[in-house]
This record gives sequence, structure tokens and C-alpha cells, in this order.
Amino acid sequence: MSLLNTIPDYVITTKTDELINWMRKSSLWYMLFGLACCAIELMHTGGPRSDIERFGATPRASARQSDLMIIAGTLTLKMALRTRLLYDQMPDPKYIISMGSCSNCGGLFQLAYSVCDGVDKVLPVDVYVPGCPPRPEALTEGLLKLQEKIMTERWLAREERPAQV
Amino acid sequence: MSTLRTEEMTLNMGPQHPSTHGVLRFVIKADGEVMREAIPDVGYLHRSIEKIAEKVGYHGFMPYTDRVDYVCAMFTNQGWGMACEKLANIEVPRRGEYCRVIAAEFNRLASHLLTVGLMGMDIGAMTPFLHALREREMINDLIEELCGARLTFNYMRIGGVAWDLPPGWREKALAYLDHLDPIINEFNSLFSYNKICVERLAKVAPISAEDAINYNLVGPNLRASGVNWDVRKNIPYSVYPEFDFEVPLGSGEWGIVGDAMDRYMMRIREMVQSSRILRQALKRMPEGPVLAKVVRNFKPPAGECQIRVESARGDQGWYVVSDGTAFPWRVHVRTGSFAAMGIIQKLSRGLMIADLVVLIASLDVIAPEIDR
Amino acid sequence: MEALKIYERVKERFPDKVLEVSEKKPDPFAAVAADAIVAVGRLLHDDPETAMDCLSNQTGVDYKDRIEVVYHLFSYKHHHTCVLKVKLPRENPTVATVEEIWRAANWMEREIFDLLGVNFDGHSDMRRILMPEDWPGYPLRKDFVEPLEYHGISTVRESPILRLDQKKKHEHA
Repeated sequence: MSLLNTIPDYVITTKTDELINWMRKSSLWYMLFGLACCAIELMHTGGPRSDIERFGATPRASARQSDLMIIAGTLTLKMALRTRLLYDQMPDPKYIISMGSCSNCGGLFQLAYSVCDGVDKVLPVDVYVPGCPPRPEALTEGLLKLQEKIMTERWLAREERPAQV
Repeated sequence: MSTLRTEEMTLNMGPQHPSTHGVLRFVIKADGEVMREAIPDVGYLHRSIEKIAEKVGYHGFMPYTDRVDYVCAMFTNQGWGMACEKLANIEVPRRGEYCRVIAAEFNRLASHLLTVGLMGMDIGAMTPFLHALREREMINDLIEELCGARLTFNYMRIGGVAWDLPPGWREKALAYLDHLDPIINEFNSLFSYNKICVERLAKVAPISAEDAINYNLVGPNLRASGVNWDVRKNIPYSVYPEFDFEVPLGSGEWGIVGDAMDRYMMRIREMVQSSRILRQALKRMPEGPVLAKVVRNFKPPAGECQIRVESARGDQGWYVVSDGTAFPWRVHVRTGSFAAMGIIQKLSRGLMIADLVVLIASLDVIAPEIDR
Repeated sequence: MEALKIYERVKERFPDKVLEVSEKKPDPFAAVAADAIVAVGRLLHDDPETAMDCLSNQTGVDYKDRIEVVYHLFSYKHHHTCVLKVKLPRENPTVATVEEIWRAANWMEREIFDLLGVNFDGHSDMRRILMPEDWPGYPLRKDFVEPLEYHGISTVRESPILRLDQKKKHEHA
């Protein structure tokens, strides 16, 4: 006879880590960082048919108000410096999804002289979504994978990290 | 109040901003809300597509032309195909030309739907954008059935198109057009003729016809200023002479001829004309092959040529220099958005910062066309 | 009016400045001396029979021994086009700007300066437009070698085939 059997139905028991992670994964606000063709598919993903807002992800214009950056499109060398600046402006905890071939590895522009081959030369990426451009369903799956990753974080038991410069 | 000390502010409307026309940057010198000048800074999406053409060859360049203007990719495909065909004197079969026109006009509809939706979002209204996206998703479905991709199509080849229309596609396309025509009227009554939209757009940044010609504006921007020039009518290419359609011109009925409201209404009216062309083309399709026989190792004779295509953003010029080998020597695209950026610095004097967003949205600039 | 007749008219006014008129189909062109391009442009713009009121395209092309600047002119009144070319040496190519005649040349000349290194005398705002301000070299030239890194971001390619290509170019340069 366990004590748990006597608890009524309207009481939830959980660990604090899981509760915090669940709250955080269900409201990932993403920054509008559409650079190129993938930006149109990003808009379609937030659009009426495949609605990403039902997972809690709503677009924000400012880096200070967002905790997810979806890098959609080709990153040129001129833009890479500004991207680092925007990433530093986002408050912790922050995540990055790299959407499309161009930001994964340079894509079909690896032959170009002015393109940075992949955003992971400048920023740490959590989830890579392949495609050229990836379908809205693919980006939604990328977001769900990120949510699974967030659920495994041990936020309370983390070591103290110094602020990133 | 005349003893207040005022200063001029220099603001940065950075490469990342919610106005969704791509990565553009403006350095705005403003006196409060009124701008003295807005200096554009571009190049954040320069992907060196023109240099890549010299490395990948004629056939291999077709997917790169999609990325020059991804919202209306069929026109750039068609421009490149026509340039290569002019160099090598290849004739496209009639059914192939009809397929090209149908794909291109559907893409014009999709591009204009996105433009009018984004105009709504730039003013601050989210709903017209979602209305437009709903219709655009249906066009994406149709084109996906035709060529397999939703955005960057790679549908056309040198000498025609890659695949024929699938069975049953014509009926679906005609059903979609029947669905779209009342939706345009509904969109107009909801958004275009709305008092707020008219007051935000009318009389903002009018462009006279002489200025438009001198700064080399093309497409709906030029026609809104009253200049009657449409490449499909004046230098006819493909099978456009067989269709009956009108070219809408700006009339200044909400304000001044050539203001932002005129440029915006051009796109709505062109959607109606595109729908007309599509109905005629779908009814009259001839039978036959869709692709001319072109060798795999395509080597056009040495020479150069220039081609003009009427894309959704205006008259696109392609200039190709060939030296007789399998790789082009120089490829250059002159796009409508590049020219439109040149006039923004002049027009921005005296506008308010909120009007700058309306100006960019009404000129319909898109970043990859400027930077290539 | 046909393009060849337009070139005849230019030849009458400036007999020694028109260097070559090609007969090539489909687009015949006329090569003009570099110091006469502004005068020729103004003639074509002001003359009511040619009335070239629009500079519809201005490009640069890098041949191995010279750099050419190509002007495509167009008239909205008469609906005819013509093509002018200016041939410049590869070392320090300079030509006068046509910005006063056609304002569209402003941005197009900045692009040619940025990508090919052609200087335009008298331009109001000669600075790079597409590449970053501190980029070394002129990318569209045939002998351009990419820098190995830019502000700490390395440009060495991931794919081994492209990396080999990059190494070869650096050894040649």
C-alpha cells in the first residue's frame, strides 16, 4: 500500500527540473532571423497551415525578448559578424536551430567567395534541420527535437559558468 | 518652444529587422520622427552567384537562378533558359512554351500575394498576411505537384521545361482560379480600401515618370508612375502575343500619381490579369513535346546576348558572354530591386520613419535580387 | 531606329572616337574611346531622334588582357536599344562617370568598382557596395585569390575537393 494511491486526481507530482524544463520548452519565442529563401519557409511554418504557434513558439523582432534563434538562410561573411553580436544580445538560456543547407554547411554556395560555410563556425548550434529549403513539417520536427533536448537539461544541478564574453 | 535645443539623431535600422524584405540596413539621420536622409547599406546577402556561373556551366547554373529571386523563381529560370537559347539558336516547342507561361503566371500570383500580405504586416496588421499566405499555400501545393518543390523550383531547362503537366492538374488549376477571384475582391474590401490602409499609403513618396525612367525603375513601380511599358506587350517573347490581357497603369485616384497606394494597387490589378492569362493558357494548351533536344555538353558559339523578361518585380535583364567553351565567361542579371534601392535615398528626405517602411514595401525590394 | 544606324549617327559626330562597330548578331555593339563616353552618352540622351532616356544596364567584363565596361541604353520613346563598350587596360582602369546623364548609373558604377576595381572619375560616392568595406581585392577578376580568413572566420572549405582547389590557387598566387 503506497502513499501515492491515496493522492486525488487533481494533484501532479513531478521533479523540479522537469517542471522548469516543461515550462521552458512550451514557450520558445524565436527571433525573426530570416536571411534568404528559408525565411519564406519560416514564414510559412508560422502561417495558417502548419502553425508553429500551437507549440508555443511565437516570432519576436528583438533579440532581447527571444530565447531561440532560427538561422534561416545563407550566412555571408559580412553578416556573420552581426550574427555573433545578435547572439550575444540574447539572454540565457538560449538555443539555436540551423535551418537549411546553407546555414548547416554552406549548401550550394560552397563555391562562393563571400559565404561563411555553415553557421557553426561562428555560433554553437543545437539542432540542424536539413533541406533546401526544408518543408514546414521538417522545421516543426526540428523544433520538437529541440524540445526533447530541453527536457533532458539539468538546470538546478548545473555548475556555475562564467558569463560568456 | 523656439529655445529648445534639438539635435539630429543617427539611428541604425540594422540588418535584422521585422520588416521582412530581407537583410537590408539603413543609416537614418532623423530629426525626431522626420528623416533627413536614409542611406541604404546592402551586401549582407551577396552570394557571388555571378562568379559561380563561371564554375558550374550552363546546365548546372539553373538551380542558382532560383536563388537570385526566390519568391518568383520561375522568371529567373525562364530568363536564363531564354538567354542560352538565344546564344545557341534553339527553339522551344509550343507545349513547352505554354508550360513555361503557366508556371510563370502562377508564380506571379504567388509573388504578388506575398507582397500585398507583407504590406499589411509592415503597416502593423497581421491578419492580411495570414489571408495571403492561405492562398499562397494552395499555389504551393499546385506547383509542388507539377515540379516537386515549393519554393526553389528548378523546373525549366535550356530548351523547354523538365516535366509535362501531370494528369488532372489542369482541372485543379482551373478550380483554384475560380476560388481565387472572389478572394481578391474580399481582400480588397478588407484591407486595400480600408480607411487606415488608404491613409497610410496614399500620397507617400510619389515618383514622377521622368524620375522613374532616369533611375531605371521597372515593373509595377514604373507603371504606377504612368509609363506604359510591359515587356510582355512591347517586346513580346514566348507565346504572350496569343493571349489577351491589359496592362494596368497608375492613376492617382487616392492621392498623387505614382505614390505608394498606386504601386500597391498595381499588384492587385496584375493578379487579376494573371488570372485571365492563366485561364486562356490552360484552355488552349497544344499537344507535343515539352523539351527540345539539347546536348548534355552544351557549348554555345562565342558571342554575347541580352534578354529581358517581365518578372513580378519588373523587367529583368540577363547579359551573357560566352567564349565557346562549356562554361560561360560572364553572366550578369540586372534586377528591378537593385534599381529601386538607388532611388530610396532621394525619396526618403522629409518622410517619417514609419513611412520608410511603407516605401520599401511598396517598391517591393527583396534582398537577394539586390545582392545576388 | 536600328542599332547600326544609331552607331552611324555617333560616328558622324565623333569620327575618331568610335573605335569599332561589330556586325555580330544578335546584338551589335559599338566600342567607344574611354574619354568620349560622356559626350557620346549626352548626344544619345539629348538628340530627339535617338532619345536614350534610360541606362538599362551597366556591367564590367574582365577579359584576360583588358577590362570592358558595357552600357546598354534604351529609349522609352522610340523603343530601341543600343550597346556601347569602353575598353580599359587592366592596370588602374579609369573612366568618367555618366551619373549626371542617367542617375541609375550611381549604384551600377559602385558595383563595378566593388567587384572589378574600375575607378569612375567624378562619382559622388565611390565606395564598396556589396562586399564589406575592408575586403581585400576585387572578386570578379579572373585572377582573384580568396583570403584564407576574414576577421577570424576561416574560409577553408569542408569538402576535400574544394579544399584542394583552394590550395592550388594559393600556390599559384
